[in-house]
Amino acid sequence: MTNSIWQRILKNKASLCGFILVVFFALIAIFAPVLSPSKTADPYQLPQSSYEMTPQAPSAEHWFGTTEQQYDLYHGVIWGTRLAFKIGITVTFFAFLIGLLLGAAAAYFGGKIDEIIMRFTDVVFAVPSLVLAMVIAAMLGPDVHNMMIALTAVAWPSYARLIRGDVLSVKQRDFVTASKALGARGPRLLLRHILPNSIYPSVVVASLDIGYVVLTAASLSFLGLGSQPGTADWGQLIAMARNWVLGSGSHTFAYWYTVVIPGGAIFLFVLGWNLLGDGFRDILDPRQG
Amino acid sequence: MFKYILRRLLLLPLVVLGVTFLLFFLTQHLSPEARASLYIKDPRQMGALEEVIAKYGLRDNLFKQYGRWLRSAVSGDLGYSQSANMPVAQAIREYLPATIQLALVTIVLVVFFGVWFGAVSAVKKDKWQDHLARLISVGGFSLPIFVLGLLLLMLFYGKLGWFPPGGYSLSTDVTIHLPSFHHYTGFLLIDSLLNGNFKIFIDVLRHLFLPALTLCLGSFALMVRVMRSSMLEELNKDYVRTARAKGLAEHAVIYRHAGKNAIIPVITLASIQFIRLLGGTVIVETIFDYPGIGRFGVTAAQQLDIAGIMGFSLMVAVLFVLGNLVSDILYTAVDPRIKLND
Repeated sequence: MTNSIWQRILKNKASLCGFILVVFFALIAIFAPVLSPSKTADPYQLPQSSYEMTPQAPSAEHWFGTTEQQYDLYHGVIWGTRLAFKIGITVTFFAFLIGLLLGAAAAYFGGKIDEIIMRFTDVVFAVPSLVLAMVIAAMLGPDVHNMMIALTAVAWPSYARLIRGDVLSVKQRDFVTASKALGARGPRLLLRHILPNSIYPSVVVASLDIGYVVLTAASLSFLGLGSQPGTADWGQLIAMARNWVLGSGSHTFAYWYTVVIPGGAIFLFVLGWNLLGDGFRDILDPRQG
Repeated sequence: MFKYILRRLLLLPLVVLGVTFLLFFLTQHLSPEARASLYIKDPRQMGALEEVIAKYGLRDNLFKQYGRWLRSAVSGDLGYSQSANMPVAQAIREYLPATIQLALVTIVLVVFFGVWFGAVSAVKKDKWQDHLARLISVGGFSLPIFVLGLLLLMLFYGKLGWFPPGGYSLSTDVTIHLPSFHHYTGFLLIDSLLNGNFKIFIDVLRHLFLPALTLCLGSFALMVRVMRSSMLEELNKDYVRTARAKGLAEHAVIYRHAGKNAIIPVITLASIQFIRLLGGTVIVETIFDYPGIGRFGVTAAQQLDIAGIMGFSLMVAVLFVLGNLVSDILYTAVDPRIKLND
């Protein structure tokens, strides 16, 4: 089954493009230390050739130019890719894990536990996720790890709902009744029989959310509530470009590269995940088209 | 249906209580000293830190402090926002109309262009128009709004000078604060017309345009998709074939028959998107320095203005929950097959 899904993904032009983009970025992330070797202990800290404010155009020395305060854009884009994967995968993984535990518990135990967990998800859902993440990140203080905590805190409820629904429907199926009749009880029934049969679609949905997580992370950094200035983080790079969008004097587009280069990286990254996601959704749910 | 609405309305205060308590709990992450220092403007007064802590009871237990916040919030006092330099309630009254105005103009743009692109894309299925519309819609879904915002600012303000950032120009600022200018509704677009000042109307619209265009992006992509599939569905129905068979002109078939029916899901979606836009305004208002509630929220968060953050979140939660309820109800009104029960 899995094989035929991949075959169909690769046959569709749009999702093939998405797949290629995602693989391309994954390669950049993996080979970041080769593509842009770091001279400092923390590779996510951008090298700075001087403290001059005005950005410098792309040159032989700085392939993508430099942004405000001479942070190197090439290093920023390359290591920003690695950071994007790090944030996307970590946040999605932990959000999914929390959602899995709470959603499965709600569906399996039902009653009061279900009511408490689901009302708690209602509370988190009651505020737009970017707004809630923004407030949490602000309280914890702006840095990459706190940003990941904030993003996880707003992402898990949708997985909890999804998995609760899946577990509820699988719980009714005959094979569960059969294993109950054979004496399977409690955690064993949930872990060995119900979950393996209910989480596969949710895993796919969750992994495709990586693009969205990275987009939200970039928004937080852009608002100054994510990574510290000087971090190789796409949102941060664009935040630094804000002062330069109007160019210098009559030359409006003088500093185009400060916006277009990191902006292009985010755009292509998210585009890749979205195209891939569309492909999967078409296959998993043929009713939507 | 009535029971459902009643149940949801009864749940509303509970959800709002939950959200505010959750956030209040998070503010406790900051030490009493850190929270007290927010009240102190002059570094020389740092010695008074303990006095401030005692005065506002910042060392009391969580529930006591939350109870105090809640009591004053219920009586309409949301505290003083350090970042906006005014009481939170006043800040909300001042900034919220600007944001609603922005969201309304945005949703009008989204519906107009979304319906147009979606319909063309369905009628010209698999031709270049269709591919172009789908390309724009997938692209729009992936381009972060802060990147688009900066690019638009570069082009339309930096290069062409057509649409300046901010909420209104200096001359408008002067005029609207004159005693002769009546604030009937708080919405500048409406108030300017009621005052018969067309110049201000145009000025406000000019400042609204770029933020609205930027904010369009995410919703627009979805709108095109929904309109396209809805239109395709309608075009395949029997009544369209009948209309064609009786010799009706093609554009009449498309726009007066199929289009009219295809637009129903779009309207529902628009009502939902209107609420979703609130999240996006946070970024857009920051980029364009637009004096709305989103910029207020971001500034409060950046400066750890706790009263501001709490007031902002309270307001967003109320709007969001009410908005979701309204769109659920609209869904049933538009599509009788959907039943609200639970």
